[in-house]
Amino acid sequence: MKETIEIRWHGRAGQGVVTAAVTMADVLSSEENIYVQAFPEFGAEKRGAPILAFNRISKKPIRSHSQVYYPDIVVVTDPSLLGMVDIGSGAKDDTFFLMNTTYDVSLIRERVSLGEKKIYTLDAYTIATDELGRAIPNVPMVAALVKVTELMDLKKFKEKIRISLGKKLRSEVVEMNMQTIDRAFKEVKEG
Amino acid sequence: MSALKTLNGNQSIAEAVRQIDPDVLAAYPITPSTAIVETIAKFKADGMITGEFVCPESEHSAMSVCIGAASAGGRVMTATASQGLALMWEMLYIAAGLRLPIVAAIVNRSMSAPINIHGDHSDTMGARDSGWIQIYSENCQEAYDNFIQAFRIAEHLDVRTPVLVGLDGFIISHSMEVIQVEDDDEVKKFVGEYMPLYPLLDTSNKMTVGPIDFTDYYFEHKRSQLEGIENSPPVIEAVGKEFGQKFGREYGFFEEYRMDDAELCIVVMSSAAGTCKDAIDELRSEGKKVGLLKPRVFRPFPHKKIAEALKEMKAVAVLDRCSSPGAFGAPLFTEIRSGLYDYAERPRIVNYVYGLGGRDIKVEHFKEVASKLEKIAETGTVEEIYSYINLRE
Repeated sequence: MKETIEIRWHGRAGQGVVTAAVTMADVLSSEENIYVQAFPEFGAEKRGAPILAFNRISKKPIRSHSQVYYPDIVVVTDPSLLGMVDIGSGAKDDTFFLMNTTYDVSLIRERVSLGEKKIYTLDAYTIATDELGRAIPNVPMVAALVKVTELMDLKKFKEKIRISLGKKLRSEVVEMNMQTIDRAFKEVKEG
Repeated sequence: MSALKTLNGNQSIAEAVRQIDPDVLAAYPITPSTAIVETIAKFKADGMITGEFVCPESEHSAMSVCIGAASAGGRVMTATASQGLALMWEMLYIAAGLRLPIVAAIVNRSMSAPINIHGDHSDTMGARDSGWIQIYSENCQEAYDNFIQAFRIAEHLDVRTPVLVGLDGFIISHSMEVIQVEDDDEVKKFVGEYMPLYPLLDTSNKMTVGPIDFTDYYFEHKRSQLEGIENSPPVIEAVGKEFGQKFGREYGFFEEYRMDDAELCIVVMSSAAGTCKDAIDELRSEGKKVGLLKPRVFRPFPHKKIAEALKEMKAVAVLDRCSSPGAFGAPLFTEIRSGLYDYAERPRIVNYVYGLGGRDIKVEHFKEVASKLEKIAETGTVEEIYSYINLRE
């Protein structure tokens, strides 16, 4: 892992994007010598409107309180945002993208000019609809992000998320989320 | 047990509230401080706190409840932001005038119009002459630590003056960070038992609170009220030290970052100071002698101490997250510039207003400020004493 990873989440208000960033921070916060930050975009929000959320994950204490402008990772939780918002803004050569989409990567590359940057995809809506009965993409997207960053292994991640979600959700819903995580880990793919 | 927890700024304040468990908590929720009030209500409903939770019909009433409860002899707190603090206005002066040690968490937010829910310091800066002690926090940890210390400062027998603790709206209130939450009992022990002075509920010693006082004695009483805040500096210092001894994080009136051999200095408060530290590190690696001074206590303002820290700088930029229409500069700037007046040799000094309504400030902006300071130091002239950062004009 780099000294500091900055993540920018693109989603729509109501999709649980801020919760996703917070969950990401929450599960990683217990790791030795890892510092985390999760915060929403400091903008206006209306349900369905495009929004941003951010994470910083670092080996040293995090002091910055500005938004993320040069992300190491960009996560897009709604496919309809492609071509609508500038998901490539501030991307560096080694920045990679994780998208909730059913599109083929070649189609994505046609729509958005991301050069040769790495793209991972996951059909998070289908997974969430199958396993949770609702097209809420946040848990599968967090899971896919943990998988591709290798920040935590599946077993440990599930333990952590069980605690994290357990604070708010009924145990059967938590278990449904465990299925979601298994599938996201399996189904996220590069290119 | 002391533990690391991932909390946002509002939750950090709420944790401190749970641990301190004041006698009366009166608040009317307003963005971005709502989650503090909401969490307190939940603690109360879950039986985790014993204090009375009062949710009145407005912030004016919330502060009135605080004043009544504090006069009765209770340890009292509230939380608000922006227009909510403004609606408390006349009651703020009464709380301070009656020397009631009320503690308020203020989630700093801009003032309307136009309506904006995001972070700047216009709300508390507007209250700077109300007689309250003002302490500002850089991050979630500081918000938690400052809030705990606030009770000790407010309730000290030499002080007995209300204290507000500021944390930046959204930038801190809604930003989740890892903070050290200290052991419940240790926090309770640190804050200690509250000893009310002249409580109204002590019916064997009857008191009049808030009587009329005209031209004959108002002036003398007003003057004597000031003693609380005038007595507060050594108390603030001692409490910050003791907090450091106990919990390992010491606090003073301000923090100096890489100031040892600095020739240029950026002065900025609250959350932006964290971002500024990253900028200072970059500037230092480029060989530039730039440091940061982050004021923590704004009232009472530590004029002398800050002037001593800055007097040998070549150039200083003071950044305010607030404008002061018609004034010579924004509040932090005028305080600091005035403090330097008595020094024959003093730095060139400029004022930048930044971040109104939550407009972001990033590392690049601090680096631009530093390069302007370099130019000022080189030429010895200030072309623009007052300007803006990251503003479209």
